[in-house]
Amino acid sequence: MTTRIGVVVFPGSNCEHDVVRAVGIVGGADSDGGAEAELVWHGTTSVDGFDALVLPGGFAHGDYLRPGALARFSPVMEAVTRFAADGGPVIGICNGFQVLTEAGLLPGALQKNKGLRFLCTTVPVQVCSTRTPLTAAAEEGAVLHLPVNHFEGNYICDAATLAALQAEDRIVLRYTENPNGSIDDIAGICNEARNVVGLMPHPERACDELTGATDGMSLIRGILGVGHRTGVPAGTVSARG
Amino acid sequence: MKFEVRVEVRLRPGIADPQGATIEKALPALGFQGVESMRVGKVMRFTVEAVDEAAARAEAEAMCERLLANPVIEDAEIEIKAGALR
Repeated sequence: MTTRIGVVVFPGSNCEHDVVRAVGIVGGADSDGGAEAELVWHGTTSVDGFDALVLPGGFAHGDYLRPGALARFSPVMEAVTRFAADGGPVIGICNGFQVLTEAGLLPGALQKNKGLRFLCTTVPVQVCSTRTPLTAAAEEGAVLHLPVNHFEGNYICDAATLAALQAEDRIVLRYTENPNGSIDDIAGICNEARNVVGLMPHPERACDELTGATDGMSLIRGILGVGHRTGVPAGTVSARG
Repeated sequence: MKFEVRVEVRLRPGIADPQGATIEKALPALGFQGVESMRVGKVMRFTVEAVDEAAARAEAEAMCERLLANPVIEDAEIEIKAGALR
């Protein structure tokens, strides 16, 4: 059965086509039906039929007020919240991560980068937990070189939240060379149920030799490998790449 | 009754404010010496309809909690005055 990925598009999102293309490259058609991604406009109130959702990067609602602050009120977010509560994999990349924290689906917040610089570079990121849909097909401890492209990527949370993230193996990705001041070098985290993951780096932009990097493929493969609807355990279809 | 509301949203103590730090560093170049603790925030001004000042304040507080400020990184201070904003 074809794995269906919903890519939520807010006014101002700008990485949705990168995600669709990455799903096509990594998931392509195979004997098991492969994977396909479909854009989901933010005004939609249903996300039925998808195996996983991706909230892509960009500037949802112009990042007005705060990044993600207005996107959380988009009609689609109620459906995304229900999908997540039902255990469906939800991955927020960059601005999508900011939306998930504002929506309360992930703890903490993303503050302005230390040093007041917009970062547009490639950074080494270590896979710290493979117990999430994003990292299920990656190797624990692997260092991936992934693009970052953000101004508000400096993750912050209170001490109790940080302690919980550390104790519960919920720090999914860490920078090995912290580019933005993020607390405990955090590049990505997951929720308590482990099905909602947010990360600042862009794996979808590192899936094609043509653009100089393919380290993101293992993460995209993870997203495709988790059959929420079909009940396929995480990582079992990693051969799809 | 109409009330004028002024909400000041500022970064909580301890939250990095690189904008404030950068502005602070720029001031000596213009000859302003001895400036410290520069913090950059946001001010929102609007008019609300409410039965009394307490109701207007409660409304503004609810707005801050739900949208105007992110309690993880920001504090909000509310000022209320009778009368519409001009």
